[in-house]
This record gives sequence, structure tokens and C-alpha cells, in this order.
Amino acid sequence: MRPRPRLPSRPPLRLTMRRARNAVAIALASAATAIALAFLAAVLWALVARGAAALDLDVFLRSTPPPGAAGGLANALTGSLLLTAAAILAAAPLGILAGTYLAEIGPASPLARSARFVNDLLLSAPSIVVGLFVYQAMVVPAGHFSGWAGAAALAVIALPIIVHTTENTLGLVPDTLREAAAALGAPRWKAVVAVTWRAASQGILTGVLLAVARISGETAPLLFTALNNQFWSANLNRPLANLPVVIFQFAMSPYDDWRDLAWAGALLITAAVLALNILARLAAGRRREAP
Amino acid sequence: MDIEEAVSRTGKGTFEARARAHRAADGGFSRLTAAAAALVLVLLGGVVAALVAGAAPALGRFGGGFLTSISWNPVTGQFGALPALAGTLITSAIAMLVAVPLSFGVTFFLTELCPHRLRRPIGTAIELLAAIPSIIYGIWGLFVLVPLMQAHVEPVLTRLLGPLPLIGALFQGAPYGIGLLTAGLVLAGMVLPYAATVMCDAFEQVPAAFRESAYALGCTRLEVVRAVVIPYSRRSIVGGVMLGLGRALGETMAVTFVIGNAHRLSASLLAPGTTIAATLANEFTEASGGLYTSALLALGLVLLGISLAVLATAKLMLRRDTPAGGRPR
Repeated sequence: MRPRPRLPSRPPLRLTMRRARNAVAIALASAATAIALAFLAAVLWALVARGAAALDLDVFLRSTPPPGAAGGLANALTGSLLLTAAAILAAAPLGILAGTYLAEIGPASPLARSARFVNDLLLSAPSIVVGLFVYQAMVVPAGHFSGWAGAAALAVIALPIIVHTTENTLGLVPDTLREAAAALGAPRWKAVVAVTWRAASQGILTGVLLAVARISGETAPLLFTALNNQFWSANLNRPLANLPVVIFQFAMSPYDDWRDLAWAGALLITAAVLALNILARLAAGRRREAP
Repeated sequence: MDIEEAVSRTGKGTFEARARAHRAADGGFSRLTAAAAALVLVLLGGVVAALVAGAAPALGRFGGGFLTSISWNPVTGQFGALPALAGTLITSAIAMLVAVPLSFGVTFFLTELCPHRLRRPIGTAIELLAAIPSIIYGIWGLFVLVPLMQAHVEPVLTRLLGPLPLIGALFQGAPYGIGLLTAGLVLAGMVLPYAATVMCDAFEQVPAAFRESAYALGCTRLEVVRAVVIPYSRRSIVGGVMLGLGRALGETMAVTFVIGNAHRLSASLLAPGTTIAATLANEFTEASGGLYTSALLALGLVLLGISLAVLATAKLMLRRDTPAGGRPR
């Protein structure tokens, strides 16, 4: 009869300690994730609870009121749409061209190396400093705040995002496509425009959408460029109302009506930003399914 | 039929003429994209030049004392950056102290522990945290976090930690709710997703074979992370932390709402203070031009200098050997 192997009745102390340490680490990591998710939930909950209460049709139809009167955010919504549209119309073509240079035309050139580095700095540079730059470059020479200055500041913030995503997306286009275009005798520019850009169009679109999402909530660079305007206006040559600055002023005010409007505006901005992010994700996702 | 004949049949000129036109178009297209890329460099140069030019009067007047003076008085024309600079560094330090362990925990959870089905939704939620505009964190901080800090957290901190030697000084004073600590906590929430995203990317770069070998040797999950994953991705982790720090230093709106905007130095973290960005947001449009505006631009220049130094370090830590996109050319 074979002797039965003797198993230790319980694991040695060292193993117990290792398992205990592991369990503690797992508990802490799970707690950290729970804290992060709770933070997101707390912010969204406050927005929905306080923003929805203040949201009605007037918010979209009437302009910002003086304290104590009824009103809405119509002028700020219009201004924000104009600023964002103007900024993206300027930043998207320039950003796509610059990203094309970095990925296609001269990826290893000294210009590309330095532009890539500087672009990554601009990507995270303090947005308020961009506001100071545009103030010095546009508001001081013009002698007054203006919507164009605000749009320029937002464009400076959007540009590096579009450059970065364009470069990365073009990098994912297989070289066989470029070689096929070249073999057919297509000139370089035509190969880029008709083949590479088309293959990467979803990714480029994702980058533009992310840039729109980013600048539609930017406040700091607008404080000294577009400033604010109490009245409905679509004139980009004058100070222009915009949602973020209105939220800032109204939230910091002592008036309850204004604070309610600030929450309504905050809910609108967040909803728009999250919707844009989800759209961008869908655009990127479709690309991955059909390479 | 040779190529030349085929080309000429299209009726658009000879082969040579078309080739010349293509070369010209190619050259034009290359120059156009190069100009757009150069614009990126011009922009940063313009930002620096505009701030240096605007800051020159104040820096000429106060010299190096601008950085070390604590008085900020627009009425008497005395401007010192130290309170704002200290506030910027202190709030960022608090943010990093809170956010780095948390983002590390989130990364550990997402890459090593999380059930596969939950990984995408939780990862997306963390990325959405980064997408929410900073003004939303500001308004949330002002109306939700500040009352909470004032009524519940700060009195407890003062009671528990206030009597302690050394660190007790950090928790003195009336619980205003607003102040350096609250600003640091809001910043931590903003920094967390940036740091966590970079760290997750880094952890996922570790070859599966390394990880599996460690598990095969009987390592626990913690030991795998400590012995294999962290050493492999150390540079990226530091890069992610620096990136978060760069964001925290320059963050404006989330801080402006909850810091209290007081130009003074205080040992207590519960006291109101200010940061460079918050000072700019609060005072720039009220500045009457001249020395006041110049001093604010000088503050902006200091902030830009610190941020660029931190971000450049982050970028160097995160740099890969191939161009972005990982395509070796």
C-alpha cells in the first residue's frame, strides 16, 4: 500500500502573509475605483438634480436676465455655438494639414520633430495662458473685447487636439494603400487626399468631435477675449455672450435665479460634451470594425 | 500602346507636362502642410513672446523680487507673486497626493482585477471624468463639496489633527469650506482620469508573456504588478504623473470657484488662498491696464514657464523611439 502524501494542514506563514498583502492591495484598488466612480456619479447627480429643476423652455428662448427677473440663456447658447463653430472652422483644416505633414510628408524632418514636441506641450498648456496671448494679440490692438478674439482663443486650444489625432490616425493607415496609390501613378497629394485621408476619415472626424467637445466647455480663455454680453447678439466684432462665462458669473453671484440658470447651463454643457464624446467613440468604433 | 500615348489620349497635354504639373502640385501641397505644421511652432512662440512683452514693465520694476514678495496691492501698486505661486504649488501638491494613489489603484483594478465584461464600461466612465469641462467641477465644488467640507470634514480635521505637533498647523482656523484643501481635492478629481488613462495604457504595454511567466511562478497579483509591471512601465508612470501635475498647475475654473481668492500666505490648508490661474481669472478684466495688467501677465508668464517645464519632462518620459502611431519609418 502506497503511503499517502502528507499535506500540510495549513499553508506556511510566508504564504499567508503574501496572500494577506495581496488581499489588502485588491481591496484598496477596488476602493479607489469605487471612489472614482462615486465622484463621477456625484457630479452627474448634482447636475441632473439641480440643472433639470431649472431647465424649461424659457432657458432656450430668452436672454440672460438682470438679477431678480425671469430669463434664459438664449444669448449665451447662440454665442457659444457661434464661437465653437468659428473656432472649429479655423482649427480643423489647419490641424488636419499639420497632422498630415507630421504623419505623411516629413515625419522624420526636424520641423516635424519639433512641431510634434511643441504640439504635445500645447495640448496640455494652461488654457488661461492662451486667453492672455489672444488678449495681447487681438484685444489690445483692436481696443475692445470681441467674439472673434474668443473664437481665436478656442481655435488655439482645438488645434493641437486635431493635429494629434490626425497624426495618430494617419499612422494607422496601412502602407499597402499608399503603395497601391503610388503604383497607379497617383501624385503624392492625390494619394494623400483620395486614399490616406479617406481611409482615415473616421478617425479624423473623431478628433474634430473631441476638439469640439473640449472647447465647448472651455471658460478660462474666453474671460478676457469674448468677455460677455447681457443681450442677444450674433455680432462677432463685439463682446459675445457665451455659456461658460455666463455660468461662471451667475454661479458666483448671490442671486438664486442666477444660480439656477447657472445649473441649467452646466447641465446643457455637460450633456452636449458627453454626447459629443459618445459620438466620437461611435465614429472611432465603426472604424475598428471595418478596417 | 505606350504610357505616353495613353496619357496624351486623355487630351490634357503631354506626359512631361502632366508630370511637371504633378510635381508642382506636390510641392505646393507639401509646402502647405509644412506651413500648417510650422504654425504650431509659431503659436507657442507667439504665446511666449506676447507674455514676455506684456510682463516686461512689471518684471523691470520689481525684478527678481516679484517672485519673493508677498504683497499684492493694486491700490499702492505693489505686486508680488509669492502667495499665488505658493497657492498654485500647494493645491497641486494636495491634488497629486490624493490623485496619484487613487489613479494607481484604478489602474491596478482595471488592468489586473476587473472582470472582462466590466472593463470597458468602467474604463469609459473614467475617461468621461476627463471629458467633463472644468467649470462643471468648479460649480459642483462650490455648491456641493464646499458645504460638505465646511459642515463635516474641516471641523473633524481641526479636532483630530489640529492638536498634533508640526502637521497640526496645517489644519487650524475657521472652517470656511473654501480654501486650499478644497481646491486641492477638486483638482485631484480632475487629475485622476488623466493619470489613470496614461498608466492604464502603460500597464497594457507590458507583454503578456512577462505577466504570465510571473503568474506561472506563483506570484500573487500584487507581486506581479510590483515585480514585473511597474519596473517595465516605470517611465510611463512618471510621465502620467507629470502630465497630471501639468494639468493641475494650470487648471483655472475648478480652482477659482473654491479657493477664496485671497492674496495671503497661510500655514493652514483650510485658509482661503489663491493660485496664479485663479488670480488671472478673477482680476484680469478688472485690471486698469498699466502696471497691474503687466503684473498679471508676469504671473501668466511664471505659470507658463512652470507648466511647460513639467509638461516637457512628462513628454520626455513618455517618448517612444518611433513617431506617434508606432509606425517606424
